[in-house]
Amino acid sequence: MEVSEDQKKAASKSLQSAFGSAICFLTLLLIGVLAFSIRLFSVIKYESVIHEFDPYFNYRVTQFLIKNGIYDFWNWFDDRTWYPLGRVIGGTVYPGLTLTAGSLWWFLNSLNIPLSVETVCVFTAPIFSANASWATYLMTKEVKGTGAGLAAATFLAMVPSYISRSVAGSYDNEAVAIFALIFTFYLYIKTLNTGSLFYATLNALSYFYMVCSWGGYTFIINLIPMHVLLCIATGRYSSRLYVAYAPLVILGTLLAALVPVVGFNAVLTSEHFASFLVFIIIHVAALVSYVKGILTPQKFKVAMTLVVTIGMAVCVTAVAVLVAAVAASPTKGWSGRSLSLLDPTYASKYIPIIASVSEHQPPTWPSYFMDINVLAFLVPAGIIACFLPLSDASSFMILYIVTSAYFSGVMVRLMLVLAPAACIMSGIAISEIFHVLTRSIKFEKNKSSGNPSSAGDITTVGNSITQSNKRKSEKQSEDHNLKEISYQRPSKKSKRKEKENSETVLRRFKKEKRLLVLPLEVSIISVVLIVLLGGFYVRHCVWAAAEAYSAPSIVLTSRSQDGMHVFDDFREAYSWLSHNTDNEDKIASWWDYGYQTTAMANRTVIVDNNTWNNTHIATVGTAMSSPEKEAWTIFQSLDVKYVLVVFGGLIGYPSDDINKFLWMVRIGGGVFPHIKEADYLRDGQYRIDSQATPTMLNSLMYKLSYYRFIETDGKGIDRVRGTEIGKKYFKLTHFEEVFTTHHWMVRIYKLKSPKNRIRGKLKKAKSTNPTGNGRKTRVNPWH
Amino acid sequence: MALFLLLDRLSVLVVVIIFAILFVSPSFSSTDIRILKAERRIDLTSSIVRAFHTLQVENIGDSHASEILLAFPPDQAKHMADLQASTSQGKKKKKNYIHLDVNPIDSSQTPNGAKLFSVSLNHNPLKTGETKTLELLVILTHVLEPFPAEISQSESQLVHYRDSAILLSPYPVKEQMTYIKTPSKKVESYSMVNPTNRVGEELRYGSYADSAPYSYTPIIVHFENNHPFAVIEELVRVIEISHWGNIQVKEQYRLLHGGARHKGVFSRLDYQSRQSSSGVSSFKTLLAKLPPRVHSVYYRDDIGNISSSHLRLDSKKSELQIEPRYPLLGGWKTSFVIGYSLPLESSLFEMSDGRHCLKFNFGSPFLETVVDKLTIKVVLPEGSKEPTASVSFPVEQHHETSFSYLDIVGRPTVVLKKENVVPENNTPFQVYYSFSPFFMFVEPLMLVSVFLLFFITVIAYLHTDLSIRKAA
Repeated sequence: MEVSEDQKKAASKSLQSAFGSAICFLTLLLIGVLAFSIRLFSVIKYESVIHEFDPYFNYRVTQFLIKNGIYDFWNWFDDRTWYPLGRVIGGTVYPGLTLTAGSLWWFLNSLNIPLSVETVCVFTAPIFSANASWATYLMTKEVKGTGAGLAAATFLAMVPSYISRSVAGSYDNEAVAIFALIFTFYLYIKTLNTGSLFYATLNALSYFYMVCSWGGYTFIINLIPMHVLLCIATGRYSSRLYVAYAPLVILGTLLAALVPVVGFNAVLTSEHFASFLVFIIIHVAALVSYVKGILTPQKFKVAMTLVVTIGMAVCVTAVAVLVAAVAASPTKGWSGRSLSLLDPTYASKYIPIIASVSEHQPPTWPSYFMDINVLAFLVPAGIIACFLPLSDASSFMILYIVTSAYFSGVMVRLMLVLAPAACIMSGIAISEIFHVLTRSIKFEKNKSSGNPSSAGDITTVGNSITQSNKRKSEKQSEDHNLKEISYQRPSKKSKRKEKENSETVLRRFKKEKRLLVLPLEVSIISVVLIVLLGGFYVRHCVWAAAEAYSAPSIVLTSRSQDGMHVFDDFREAYSWLSHNTDNEDKIASWWDYGYQTTAMANRTVIVDNNTWNNTHIATVGTAMSSPEKEAWTIFQSLDVKYVLVVFGGLIGYPSDDINKFLWMVRIGGGVFPHIKEADYLRDGQYRIDSQATPTMLNSLMYKLSYYRFIETDGKGIDRVRGTEIGKKYFKLTHFEEVFTTHHWMVRIYKLKSPKNRIRGKLKKAKSTNPTGNGRKTRVNPWH
Repeated sequence: MALFLLLDRLSVLVVVIIFAILFVSPSFSSTDIRILKAERRIDLTSSIVRAFHTLQVENIGDSHASEILLAFPPDQAKHMADLQASTSQGKKKKKNYIHLDVNPIDSSQTPNGAKLFSVSLNHNPLKTGETKTLELLVILTHVLEPFPAEISQSESQLVHYRDSAILLSPYPVKEQMTYIKTPSKKVESYSMVNPTNRVGEELRYGSYADSAPYSYTPIIVHFENNHPFAVIEELVRVIEISHWGNIQVKEQYRLLHGGARHKGVFSRLDYQSRQSSSGVSSFKTLLAKLPPRVHSVYYRDDIGNISSSHLRLDSKKSELQIEPRYPLLGGWKTSFVIGYSLPLESSLFEMSDGRHCLKFNFGSPFLETVVDKLTIKVVLPEGSKEPTASVSFPVEQHHETSFSYLDIVGRPTVVLKKENVVPENNTPFQVYYSFSPFFMFVEPLMLVSVFLLFFITVIAYLHTDLSIRKAA
C-alpha cells in the first residue's frame, strides 16, 4: 500500500517536472525566435543586403572561400587591395565567421537547398544571436539557477548593444564572437562547478572558436586568469579550479597558435602573459595545498618561509628578465589597440588612425542608456545578488561585469562585451527580486488563510496573483521543478547537480528564515513596477532594433510628405565602376570605402578598412590634402585611374569626406610633415566658407567635392555644413568628372593622362588614320 | 579633320560600283524567274532595322518553280534576326496571307559571297507564265553603325546605314523602288543614285528599271537616331514549375547601350538640368511587358535591390518599368535580375492524353530591344518524364538536370538557346511533359520522416542511461 502511494507521488512529481522542463524548453525556443526575429527589421524595412563596411569584406572572403575551397583560402593573397602591396588575407583575418557561414552554406547546399552566399551571410548574425541567448541561459543557470537564466537569456535576446552588431546583414565577427565569448565563459563556469575534464576540453575548443572569430579573445585569456588569481588570493583554491584553468591554458594556447592570424603571438605578446603567469601561480598554489596536506602545521610553516625566500629571489630575477625583454620592444609587447585600452589617451596621442574610427571613441552617458537601457539600473542589484552568497561562479560574474564596464568606458565598441555581463547581472537581479516578492506574497496569503504550505506551492500561488506576474512565477516553478528532476534521476549528469541543488535548497531555506517578509501591498506594487520596467525595456529594444540599428548604411532613406525617398547612391557608383571601368583599374578613395569598393565594384583599391599600413593611408591622405597637381603626381605614381569622393553637401548626408577631411590631414601629416593641420584651420576652426584658408580651398578634396556645385542652386550652399562654399568657380586641370551619382553623394573623377609628351605621336597617329580607313573601304565590295 | 575624313570616305563610297556579274551560274537559275516589280520599305526609326519587301515574281521559264531564291549581302545575312515570307491569296477583299517556309541554302558559289535563302512554294508552285506577290519581312540588328563612333554627352547620335539602292537578287528585276524611313528630318548625308529624292523623313531611291541579277549599288545614309540602342547581351530565363500552384520565373540580364560610345566627361549636372540637349541618346528606363497576374515581382542585381521600378497591374497585362542604377550612355553596361511568380493555371494546361503543357512567351519582355543570346531553362518538377519542347522557329535545345530544394534525383530541365532574338520572336512556345502527382508528396514525406526519426532518437537517448557506474 505504502509503496504504491510512493510510486504515485513519484509519478506525479516526475510529470510535474517534465511539464516544467517542457515549459522551460518552450520558453528557450521562443527566446531564440525572439532573438532571431527582432533582428529582421533591417530585412523587412530595407532589404536582405550586407551592411556597412567590414561585413562587405567578410562577405567577399566568404565568397572566395566557397568558390575556391579552404586551402586556397589559407593561401589567398589578395591583389585587389592595398595596391601595390596587396594583402595576405589567409594569414590576417580571423577566419571564424567566414568558416561558420561557409560551412552553413555548404551544409544547406548539400541538402540541395539553393540559398545564395549572400542570404546565408545576412542571416548568420541573427542565428548566432539566438545561440548567444541560449548560451546566456546556460551560463546564468550555472551561476544562479534556471529562473535567472531565462530572464538573462530574454534580456540578451534583445539588448540593443548586441542588436547593433548583429542585425540581419551585419555580417561581422562580433556576431559570432559574442556567442563564442559567452559559451566559453559558460564552459569555464561549468568546469569550475563540476570539475569535469570533459567540460574543460570543451572549454578549450570553445576558446579556440573564439580565437578564430575575434581579436576580443584576449579578453577571455585575461579575465579567466584574473578570476583564477582572485580565487587563489581569497583562498578558494580547489582541484576544480585547477581543472578549469590548466587545460584551458595549455590546450587553448596550442589551439590558438593554430590560427594563422594569431600564430606565435599566442605565446609572444604581452596580452597573453597574464595567463602564463597565473599558470605558474596556480601550480605553486597546488603544490602548497598538497604540501599542506602532508605536513604538520609547524613543519609547514618552516617549509613555507624557506620556499618563500627562495621563491621570491627566483621570481624577482624572472620578472626582471621578463620586463627587460618586454621593454626592448617599442610598444612594450602590446598591440596599439590593447594599449589604447589600458591607457585611454594613448591612441589620440600616438595613433590618429585608431583614434579616427568613431567606434574607438569613449562612449557618452546617453550611449549607455541607449545600448543597455534599464539593465544599467539592474546591474548593481545583480552584483549584490551575486554576493549573496558569493560562489566561484558568482565571483567570476562580478569580475566580468567590473572589467567589461571599464573597457566599455574606454571604447564605445566594447560596449558589446559589457552587454552580456549586464544581461546576466540583470537576469540574476530580476530573478532574485521576483523570488523575494513572490515569496512575500505567498507568505502573506498563507498567513491570511492560515494554511501552511510547502515550498512546492509557489506555482499555484504565483499563478493566482496577477496576470502580469504569471510569466515570472512560472519561471520560479520551473526552477523548482528542475530541481525535482534532479532528485528523480540520479544519472551521471545529475549526480553532482543534486548535491549542489540540495545545498542551494538548504541555503534558501536558511535565507527564507533570515529575510524579512515584505507586506503584501508593497510586494504587489513592486511586482507591477518591475514588470513595467521590463515593458519599458522591451519597448526600447524594439524601437532600437527597428529605428536606430537596422539601417544598412549603404542605402539611406528619408521620409517627407510625399512618401519615402531612397538614396541608393553608393551602390549606383559601385555598380557603375564594376560595369564600366576596366577590370584592372585602380580606384583611390579614403579608406572607409575600400572594402565596399573591392566587394561591390570588384576593383583594386589603394587603401581599405583594414588599416594595416599607416604610411599607405597617409599617402592617400596627403594626396587628398594636397593641391591638384601634387595630388595628381601622387596618384599617378600609385597607378590610380579613378578617384572616388563621397560628398553629402547636396542632400545633407553628414558623414561625407569633407567631414572626415581633418583626419586625412592629420594622418597624412603624421607621416609627411609638410602637411600641417594648422594650414587647414582658420583660428582653430574647420570651415569651408569664404573664411577658409587657401590651403583648404585648394586641396584636392575640396575641389573634387565642390566641382561645379555652384551651378546646382546658383549659391553653393552646403547643406551639411550649412554655409555657402568658399571658392565657387574653378576648373579642374588634372582630373575630369566621369561619374556623379543621382544625389551627388559619390563623385568619381578620372586622372587625365599625361598628354604633353606624346603630342607628337598623336599627330602622327591621326595623319595615318584616314589612309588606313580609306584602304579598308575600298577593299570591302559591300560598302 | 573629322569632316574631311567623312567626305573622303563618302566620296569613295558614292562612286557607284555595279557588280554586274554577267556569268550567272546555272545552278541558281534552273528556273527562269524574273521580278517584275520590287518595292522595299526600310524602317530605320529604331535600333532594329525592319525591311518590308514586296516582290512581284514571274515565271518565264518552262517548268514549275517550287522555290524562289532571295539574296542578301553577307553583312546583312550575318545580322539577320528574322526573315519571314508570306504570299497573299484570294481576291482583294478576302486576302489572306499564307506563311511560307524560308531556309538558308548553300551559297558558296554566289558572287562576292552573297547569302541565299530559299522560299519554298511547295503547296502551289509557280507555274509557267504565272505571277505571284511575295511579302518579305527582314529584321536586321546591329546594322546601324554609329558614326562618329564616340560622342560626348552634349552630342546626339548619328548612325550609318549601308545598303544597296538596287535590290540584291539572283533574278533580273524589271522595276524597283526603295523607301527608307529615318526617325527624324536630320539626315546628314545620303548617297545619290539617280533618281533619289528626299521628302521629309523619307528617302526614295528609284525607280530603277531592268537591273541584272546580283546588281549591287552601295548606298550609305548618315542620319540622326537617338532611339535607345538597348541591347541585351545575354538573357538567361529560368522557369521553374511547381505543381503546388506556382511558376517562378527568374531572368538574368546583361544590358548594354549599343549606340555610339560615350567619351570624356559625364556631368550629372548637365544631364539633370539640360535633358533636351544632354545625353539625348542615353536611356534611363525600360518597359517590360510581363504576363498578366504576376506577383512577387523583384528587380535586383548582384549587390542588392534596385529601388527604382514601377509595376502596373491590370487584368490583361502587367507592365514593369525599370530604371537601371544609372542612366546608360553609349557603351555603358549594367546587369540585373528580374523575377516574378505566376499562378500555375495561367500557363500550365493539361492535355487530353494526361500530359502537361507549359505555354510561355519566348523572347524578352522588353520592348524594342535586341537579345544577342537568349537561354531559356524550363525546370520541370522532380519526377516528370519525357519532356519535349516545340518552338515555331529553329532553336538549339538540350536537356539537363538541375537540383533545387531537397531534390534527390534532380529536376529534368529543358534548355532552349537562340541568338539574335528580336521582339518578333516573342511568340509562345510549348513544353510537354508527363508528371504523376505522387511526386508532389515525396519531399513533405521525407521531411516528416526525418523529424520523426529525430524525435525517436531523442526519446531513445533520454531513456538510456549510459553511465558506467550506477549512482548509489
